[in-house]
Amino acid sequence: MSEPLLAISDLSVEFATPRGKVKALRRVDLSVRPGRIVGIVGESGCGKSTLVSAVMGLLAGNAKVTTGAIAFEGRQLRDLTEEQWRDIRGRRLAMVFQDPMTSLNPVMSIATQMIDIQHRDPGTRADKLKKAIHWLGKVGIADPEQRIEDYPHRFSGGMRQRISIAMALLMNPSILIADEPTTALDVTLEAQIIHLIKQLRSEFDGAILFVSHNLGLIAEICDEVVVMYAGEVVEHADIRRLFHAPAHPYTQLLLTCDPARIDSEQRTLPTIGGTVPDLAHLPQGCIFAARCPSAFDRCRMQAPPTYTIAEQHHVRCFLHADG
Amino acid sequence: MAELLTIQGLRVRFRTVGFVRALVDRDADPYIDAVLDVSLALREGETLGLVGESGSGKTTLARAVVGLVPVHSGSIHLNGRELVGLRESEYRGIRRQLGMMFQDPVASLSPRKTVRGLLIEPFHIHRIRDVDLDKEARRLLGIVGLHDGFLTAYAHQLSGGQARRVGVARTLSLKPKLILADEPTAGLDVSVQGEILNLMNELQKQFGLSYLIVTHNLPVIRHVSDRLAIMYLGRLVEQGPTRAVFARPAHPYTQALVAAVPQPDPDKRRSELELKGEIPSLRRRPSGCEFHTRCVHAQDRCRVEAPLPTPLPGGREVRCHFPLA
Repeated sequence: MSEPLLAISDLSVEFATPRGKVKALRRVDLSVRPGRIVGIVGESGCGKSTLVSAVMGLLAGNAKVTTGAIAFEGRQLRDLTEEQWRDIRGRRLAMVFQDPMTSLNPVMSIATQMIDIQHRDPGTRADKLKKAIHWLGKVGIADPEQRIEDYPHRFSGGMRQRISIAMALLMNPSILIADEPTTALDVTLEAQIIHLIKQLRSEFDGAILFVSHNLGLIAEICDEVVVMYAGEVVEHADIRRLFHAPAHPYTQLLLTCDPARIDSEQRTLPTIGGTVPDLAHLPQGCIFAARCPSAFDRCRMQAPPTYTIAEQHHVRCFLHADG
Repeated sequence: MAELLTIQGLRVRFRTVGFVRALVDRDADPYIDAVLDVSLALREGETLGLVGESGSGKTTLARAVVGLVPVHSGSIHLNGRELVGLRESEYRGIRRQLGMMFQDPVASLSPRKTVRGLLIEPFHIHRIRDVDLDKEARRLLGIVGLHDGFLTAYAHQLSGGQARRVGVARTLSLKPKLILADEPTAGLDVSVQGEILNLMNELQKQFGLSYLIVTHNLPVIRHVSDRLAIMYLGRLVEQGPTRAVFARPAHPYTQALVAAVPQPDPDKRRSELELKGEIPSLRRRPSGCEFHTRCVHAQDRCRVEAPLPTPLPGGREVRCHFPLA
């Protein structure tokens, strides 16, 4: 097996708030190997955005990494200075954001923005423009030579997301992070963007972290999936195992609740009872115990470690304590 | 069952070109038709799903029913009474029978009012004085499953699901017959989404409500609606019983929409794209069948001749020369 590009180990992040310390991410382990598309799935507040921000070095000012390390291409990201970050962010680690309407600068043409990204590269403006046009064509913008002089408002939402993807891949990063890249788009455009990512995948030798709450998209595009709940990774599995043999009760419930998986014509939809715990006042024991249908005494007393139940299948749950 | 809402030949247009430009540039059509030639009916106790992509006119259609956008032509009957052409003062009485749930659950609640204030506001607006407002606020909260402690909370203190529940309670305050819900579960997590839809389903049984649900979420609407109406460029391209439409879509657009929904199963990945291109501009409607520019089944006739709504067996209707079902 190849060396991981990105290795996150035992990562914890806290936010200082007026209500106290919010423990948004706790003891997260995740390694991403080259060529893989890793899905990160979970509901609001599960910590997926915090995790992605920590990897990109974009955590808010009140956030503090309390434990753990992030190793990327042999460097420890926690130790980097702001100057060293500039060398990596956007070049080695690139990101496509959720809302294409706000992630592009409205007062600069696409050409200016795409040349700016190449600021640190040698070469003439003409070379950089040529490279930008090449990528614009690659993501399916017709007449890229003309369209590159346009401003973002001249493009539809789907086109803008294509441009964001071109911008992210322009520097040939080794990791692309896509944070809910199709949430703001209609289902037909969503299908087109997913199709595009699949096509580009063959030309891009890095890895993709695909953050989404949409299980359908995760199933469509990912090789492996990380399921997060209330700041913890509760399950990490190969895509087929996750959908066909989910091991954590939360994953099982999440799959049951997806209306797209319910074939019968039922009116009443399944739900997960209870609410997400307050991350400023964590419960004792397993983070999911209060909502878990299979919880027993030990779950309420003690937090479970991560058990490996198969090759590439890890789950943080006492139900799998005996392997 | 009696028809509660009947819409006939509805057209809603918006001015897009300014007065001066319209004088200078005679060719520019100053109007776009956001809703065009829409006819549909909703029976008592029924749920109708109105589906389409952004810009298909589904929200505008719902807003026209509530009188929030002016109607250019056509008619809207609620319980046999014509709504088009009513004066604002006349509309006020009608609106008591109509509840509107807006898209963003938090943004649609005033940040300056407590939940109690939000729940009793409709009674003030409609000058209803013969009710005990405190009792009413508690009753409404109870209906949507929130405890009295929320009465003093402000919108920003609520979670998305709680805000949606307050929105539902507020909609129910004047005992409407018809509720128009614009993307009722947008922005909610799957587990919370189920709770809200189940609540709406229970309330429908309890109060005999009818729903018009505007959405682009096909997996959800499949479970909660009796009938489905699909919109494209402001027109209805297909309507019929939800089960039949999903089982065998008659319009190629419906088929493409259904196929575009990703399946949560890694063994059912798609290799081909069903629908290429994007929605054309409303300013430059394509000739003939307006879907022909993206339709994989389009033939010469489709490019020149606009299809008319054609009935199909089983209470279905489709606007296509070569229906698939």
